[in-house]
Amino acid sequence: MSRPSDVYLFGTCLVDLFMPDAGMDAITLLETLGIRVHFPQAQSCCGQPAYTSGHPREARDVARSQLDLFPGDWPIVVPSGSCGGMLKHHWPTLFAGEPEQERVVAIAARVVEFSDFLLNHLDWQPVDTGPATRVAVHTSCSARREMNVHTTSWALVDRLANVTRVVHDHESECCGFGGTFSIKHPDIAGAMVTDKARALEDSGAIEFVTADAGCLMNINGKLALDKATPLRGKHLASFLLERTGGKS
Amino acid sequence: MNSQPVTLYPSRQFKDNARAALADTELRGSLRSAMDFLMAKRSSAFPDTDELDALRTLGEAIRQRCLSRLPELLEQLEERLTANGVTVHWAETPAQANAIIHGLVAARNGTLMVKGKSMVSEEIELNHHLEAHGIQALESDMGEYIVQMAGEKPTHIIMPAIHKTKAQIARLFHEKLPDTPYTEDVDALIRIGRNALREAYLQADVGLSGVNFAVAETGTLCLVENEGNGRMCTTVPDLHIAITGIEKVVEKLEDVVPLYSLLTRSAIGQPITTYFNMISGPRRPGEKDGPREVHLVLLDNGRSQAYADQQLRKTLQCIRCGACMNHCPVYSRIGGHAYGTTYPGPIGEIISPHLLGLENTRDLPTASSLCGACGEVCPVRIPIPEMLMRLREESQRPAGEAVDHPLRGQGAAASTTEALAWRAWRRVYASPGTYRLFGWSATRLRALTPPTQAGWTQNHVPMTPAPKTLHELVREREARRKES
Ligand code: SF4
Repeated sequence: MSRPSDVYLFGTCLVDLFMPDAGMDAITLLETLGIRVHFPQAQSCCGQPAYTSGHPREARDVARSQLDLFPGDWPIVVPSGSCGGMLKHHWPTLFAGEPEQERVVAIAARVVEFSDFLLNHLDWQPVDTGPATRVAVHTSCSARREMNVHTTSWALVDRLANVTRVVHDHESECCGFGGTFSIKHPDIAGAMVTDKARALEDSGAIEFVTADAGCLMNINGKLALDKATPLRGKHLASFLLERTGGKS
Repeated sequence: MNSQPVTLYPSRQFKDNARAALADTELRGSLRSAMDFLMAKRSSAFPDTDELDALRTLGEAIRQRCLSRLPELLEQLEERLTANGVTVHWAETPAQANAIIHGLVAARNGTLMVKGKSMVSEEIELNHHLEAHGIQALESDMGEYIVQMAGEKPTHIIMPAIHKTKAQIARLFHEKLPDTPYTEDVDALIRIGRNALREAYLQADVGLSGVNFAVAETGTLCLVENEGNGRMCTTVPDLHIAITGIEKVVEKLEDVVPLYSLLTRSAIGQPITTYFNMISGPRRPGEKDGPREVHLVLLDNGRSQAYADQQLRKTLQCIRCGACMNHCPVYSRIGGHAYGTTYPGPIGEIISPHLLGLENTRDLPTASSLCGACGEVCPVRIPIPEMLMRLREESQRPAGEAVDHPLRGQGAAASTTEALAWRAWRRVYASPGTYRLFGWSATRLRALTPPTQAGWTQNHVPMTPAPKTLHELVREREARRKES
């Protein structure tokens, strides 16, 4: 795959409001690799929360407001598997039969998930400057099943010389976020995130990483409530930047 | 033996049921290990992922082709079965199906029915209906036999008693079967059950079975099973009644082979089952065994509602393998009873609204994180998450809104508050200016974040906005760069 000179970053609404540092780290990391990153200021959200909650009309209106933001033909990098999946796979469905359909299909084709971009488009070869550590990786369900990039985060972590990647129990299982699911069914979602948090703790990892803001907020929010554990997760972009000395 | 109870756990109380199930540590433990076991079995049955992919694509194509020709295939099936000496009955509702079956048994003054495993008979609550008319219906599938003895319903479509531990079954047999010593030896338990059933086959007036595939071309009813009880039920009593949903028809015998392979491997990782029965009519002159009469009851019960809608029609591709349940992180935590429906888990969430109406299954379409594990393993590639999102939409759609194929219970989950919230959300997120203002205020007012946030803070610390949005951080950095 050819190496682009420029990319758009679609930051996603969760990153924007709750973990903007992860977004900045993704930008910085790409820039250190010589990529110009364009962040359209009029961006807000891909529409996923409404779409998965059974409100496609509202989702479409919000998505429609994003269509003019990517006029160049550069890749659109998304630091979150589930939003990437929304743009890439659900936007074309959402706009089927709408006047914007063709444009949406063209935009969707340019969407690349962050870890996929780093590994497969840039063939990132990091120099790990961090101390030895053990890290667990949680891959979001959308990254795994919609974007088909469940091995990219592993591969990136495995390229760090001083990092040992540990596997946690039921690694492929959902963390229980699911957008409004965790609010509509807190008992079930709670049981799921409890099991996920325990599996991560039991893995012996010192920290964990994920490339999905929703999962990160879910698991970290649970771990913080438990208080007993020092374990916390980081966005993959922040972790990779930190390991390669790019974090000021 | 107790009679089958009426619905024990109505699905309207899904959330309460789920909470109770989550608190049951014994259930949680046995479910989790059972599902882990079944997942491992399935994956070892498909060592070659390319073959699996190709087979799933074939399975999907077969089911879609058969469904696209459903009306004519059903006609052909009836014609061929009739020619084979099988009487075909059509039932639109469970009540009609029950009446047909009761009529057939009553016509012979029957008092005992032995049953092979049939989820459709669970769907119509046949046992309950027959017992109200003084006819005993005895389950002969070991799992069904156990749940019937316990006065429960199946929790899984393939493994009805999967929620029970060995010790629970041992206790049950010891208490309910005369002269049965307590034993946790699985082989011994199965022997006890089998011996008790042996007699019943000989005494029964009628045998009932389900159908896995009904072949239109030849008028053949295929029955997949492992215990041999299905064969006993369909050959020993003089009267055999089969019941199935209208979607189970396939065009030709050839279609059965890949579907059968997908079914057994996806369900329990078996390359093939111990028994595969092909029933093509009653005993013919000169034959020594087999029933003297065979009937097939074809049940609609809401299936044609799913059929009418191109997207939701995919629900009917299902071959009832149960893999979606085995892989579901929700099902594997709450088990089947919590759903309060005949079909639990992902397939239950997408089929039950058609059978029972959205008004009775309100919480089921949302009871999923949309993780996609179900769709990933479904042998006939039903896009279950997509179906769930569509059902969410229909259950939120105002009841009065006109659509091409309205679903029963449209608008059952519609809430003005929620609709307004999404409209407000749209106003903010579809307008860059408003969104910018929203981001600015949310970050500046972060100290005012409420300490309890509906549902969320039950399991998490509150969601608190960062001091500045990513938009702002990017703008600030650009400004700094311009200066330098
Ligand atoms: S929906 Fe698919 S996975 Fe689930 S029972 Fe039906 S065929 Fe099996």
